[in-house]
Amino acid sequence: MNKKYWILGLIIILTLVVVTPAIAQNNTPPTDDEVNSLAKNMYCPVCENIPLDVCGTAACAQWRQQISDMLGDGFSDQEIYDFFALQYGDRVLAQPPRTGLNWLVYIVPPAAILIFAFVVFSYMKNKQKPTTDPMVAEAVEEQKEDEDDYQSQLENELKKRL
Amino acid sequence: MTVNIGYGALVLTFIVSLYAIGAAIYGERNKKPRWVDSARNAMVLIFPLLTISAGALILLLVNNDFQVEYVASVTSRSMPTYLRVTALWGGQPGSLLFWSWLMAGFASAVTLRKWDRDREFLPWVIVVTLATLVFFLLLVVFYENPFVRMWQTPVGSVLTQIFQPTGSIPYVPGDGRGLNPLLRHPGMIIHPPLLYLGFVAFVIPFAFAIAALITGRTDDRWIRITRRWTLWAWLFLSLGLILGGRWAYDVLGWGGYWAWDPVEISALLPWLAATPFLHSVMIQEKRGMLKHWNMLLIIFTYDLMIFGTFLTRSGVLSSVHSFAQSAIGPLFFAFIGVTLIVSLYLLSRRWDELKAEAQFTSWLSRESLFMINNLLFVGILVVCFWGMIFPLISEIFTGQKVTVGPVFYENATGPLWLALLFLMGVAPLSAWRASTAKSLGRNLWKPAVISFLVPIILLLTGMISMAAILTFWMGAFVFSVTLYEFYKGAMARHKRAGENFFVALWTLMGRNRRRYGGYIIHLGVIFMAVGIIGLEVFQTETQGSLALGESLELGPYTMVYTSLSEFDTDDNRNVARAVVEVYEGDEFLTELYPRKDFFYESQQPMTIPGVRSTMEDDFYVIMADWKPITTKNATFKVYHNPLVNWLWVGSIIFILGTFVAAWPEKEDSPKRAKKSVSASEKV
Amino acid sequence: MTEDNSILENQEGKPKISFGRILAWVFVLALLGVVYIQLAKSQQGTIEIGAMAPEFTLTSFEGETFDSEQLKGKVVLLNFWASWCKPCELEAADLEAAWKFYEPRGDVIFLGVDWTDTTNEANEYLEKFSITYPNGPDLGTRISQSYRTTGVPETYIIDKEGVLGRVKIGPFQTYQEIISMVDDVLNQ
Repeated sequence: MNKKYWILGLIIILTLVVVTPAIAQNNTPPTDDEVNSLAKNMYCPVCENIPLDVCGTAACAQWRQQISDMLGDGFSDQEIYDFFALQYGDRVLAQPPRTGLNWLVYIVPPAAILIFAFVVFSYMKNKQKPTTDPMVAEAVEEQKEDEDDYQSQLENELKKRL
Repeated sequence: MTVNIGYGALVLTFIVSLYAIGAAIYGERNKKPRWVDSARNAMVLIFPLLTISAGALILLLVNNDFQVEYVASVTSRSMPTYLRVTALWGGQPGSLLFWSWLMAGFASAVTLRKWDRDREFLPWVIVVTLATLVFFLLLVVFYENPFVRMWQTPVGSVLTQIFQPTGSIPYVPGDGRGLNPLLRHPGMIIHPPLLYLGFVAFVIPFAFAIAALITGRTDDRWIRITRRWTLWAWLFLSLGLILGGRWAYDVLGWGGYWAWDPVEISALLPWLAATPFLHSVMIQEKRGMLKHWNMLLIIFTYDLMIFGTFLTRSGVLSSVHSFAQSAIGPLFFAFIGVTLIVSLYLLSRRWDELKAEAQFTSWLSRESLFMINNLLFVGILVVCFWGMIFPLISEIFTGQKVTVGPVFYENATGPLWLALLFLMGVAPLSAWRASTAKSLGRNLWKPAVISFLVPIILLLTGMISMAAILTFWMGAFVFSVTLYEFYKGAMARHKRAGENFFVALWTLMGRNRRRYGGYIIHLGVIFMAVGIIGLEVFQTETQGSLALGESLELGPYTMVYTSLSEFDTDDNRNVARAVVEVYEGDEFLTELYPRKDFFYESQQPMTIPGVRSTMEDDFYVIMADWKPITTKNATFKVYHNPLVNWLWVGSIIFILGTFVAAWPEKEDSPKRAKKSVSASEKV
Repeated sequence: MTEDNSILENQEGKPKISFGRILAWVFVLALLGVVYIQLAKSQQGTIEIGAMAPEFTLTSFEGETFDSEQLKGKVVLLNFWASWCKPCELEAADLEAAWKFYEPRGDVIFLGVDWTDTTNEANEYLEKFSITYPNGPDLGTRISQSYRTTGVPETYIIDKEGVLGRVKIGPFQTYQEIISMVDDVLNQ
């Protein structure tokens, strides 16, 4: 409940700021490039999967204007991202915010890779124990004179000729 | 008439396929080879049958037969003939028929091979291949029929049915709705067919794998048979992905070739499972290891392929690539579920019989390094799969939609790609079975020293991006290793046989196609990596609203906006075309014509960039949608994309290498056959 | 990649029903489950007429809060719109006129839900069509998501018990069309 009021407050304040023309503004309006650098990291629900800086719909044009207005009013990049996320939902952000369940998106891939790597390496290690198994010894023995090993064949060839 | 022939052939194929499945199973169970032969003959028949059906649809499309609903929905009178033909895959029903047709081609082709040594596989290959085909035909015949016609009833309403309802008259609209403008591009003419070819061709190795699981013939025979099929499938899939990227770069107007859109990822996933498969099958061939793993990889490749098709066609994911939502989603889901569970079940049933025949003997052996290669590829696969599927999970548990954008994928897969690049340099030099650090070092030190010059030079020239320096370094390393391999091989032949060096190089490659084809692919990958780094790390962009005569600067270039013209074309487009002059310093380089097309039929705009492309960099100009274009003022978005052409050049090398590796030759050379015999004797 | 666990464990000759194998199956089934739920969702289409309308809380641009629970006993017309949406302009004047017709009755309320819109332009739009019924932003697109809207404009008319009575996808063509739909729900 608390959070809701906070959101509400923030939005009312922002609305006031955005609606009332800034009087004491002396900074120059932001350039298109400044707006784009933020818009690049945002997505609007109207054109899904197309970043805001290249989306051609009227809705996106308005969003970019909003970014431009907010930059002109001196909001920081982070404040603008937060405002858009509150107003339109987390999906406007190019990456899920690092909260709650969203942590999974960042944790699962590295964890899966690590587990997989661990399994692969422990498997390979088990197989490499110095062993008295005659078969393995034989295999190593064979390797030395292995004719079908292309690499060593090449090496020998080169050694002889060069 | 054409409709009846096309639809008739379609239904007949469906029935013939069902018969072949039944006959194959019956013949196999009751030891009646004549039934299996009959099934085989039926399977040869399906390609010609579906050719009739697809041909009929093409005829309808070319002849503007707008009574057919599909024709009216994807073509219009103003479209040129070649686009009418490509409209075959411009909509859901047509593309499903097209897909089935391609698959039938592979199915029929595989039955024509010599089966003497592999009779026991035959019935099950027929069953698996045709079961997949029957599924797609089921969708075409019952749910997304491209031959449905429109009829007007006496009360005036329009019905869509194959056959004429009593009392109705044919309803023929004056013109069709036309093809989606995004699909009216040369890249789009070949991108979908190649991607489809890549997808459907993987059905063949999958069918052999399943046949091996069912029959219990668990040696590497299925891999040897399907080696070439797999390479061709991989070739088509790679080509499809690359052309898709090129199409995006030329048409979508966002300055890049890959947006990490969920549907793009879903097409990449089978490739990410197939590439490690291509590598790890070599371990099974040489060493008889990783049998489970290869089975898993081919099962994943197949089901990811179906899954990708499902995602684009079911409305589960929304994307620029999606087809309109339709009722076929649940069927696709059921099919994926059944194939995945059945194949995993078959695998687990044979689990203990698929024991490795040999063991890892060295950390640095070729097979160990291939295992790490597999680990990295599957790592990338996990990242991509998870990123793609996560928004669905999030929506289920929190009700909030989230976006997983390019930054996530780039950060997560970047280091893995780099590690793969490094492995590409080391693995070809290590030996099977056992490699010591010493022997590997002896092979590696020369190329390594040479490649070390690259980061030093880059640092001296003031490059600060770590990602770029590492990639270029690794690229140089792999490049020198690979060239050194070619040199060593050719020199050896040259000295021994006294052949001219280049003749020696040629015969060397001819004798070891897979090996040297693979090396050429690796060289292509290095070029591609250079292009990718150029775009990812060094791309710069700017934007500005210009009046006539005003200019915009970016990198070493200046563009001047000189004029704008607006006109209508014959094929129902409104074109706004700007003329832009590009200068480097004071030197005039070229004129570019970025334009914006508006398609009246579909009410869709399309942005086509003007690009000046050299090996050094691309200067890429689009008329942005930011503000309305007037004759006085236009907003331009300009990208400077260094090195991006290396990506396309690399792609060509990559594809050539795949050709070298995949080109047909005699199935097994006598020498290798002898070797495999002796290998099995050892064990 | 839990499957891999099971490959390797089994090669080492562990018992047949291994932990890894069970985990692998659970993983595969869970994955299929997630896709199934999402598929079922995408197949649902619009909310059925006669079903309970999803609950919502709308805070208007003036700061007044409307809760679906408190609105029971009134017929609610919930109109999704946006200032950038051209078709929405077709129905805006008619909606306002219809609101003027029902306002004196007291048992009908019109609510405008402003979807993925910017406040400046939204206020200009409301002024342009002199709309007097309450309008508010769809915060975090929650309301539109729970109503499974596919775009704007869309209109949902909820009866006094909170049951969905009528749905209009796309703009109303005439004033009369709005009146007859609302009357239908009032007279049910």
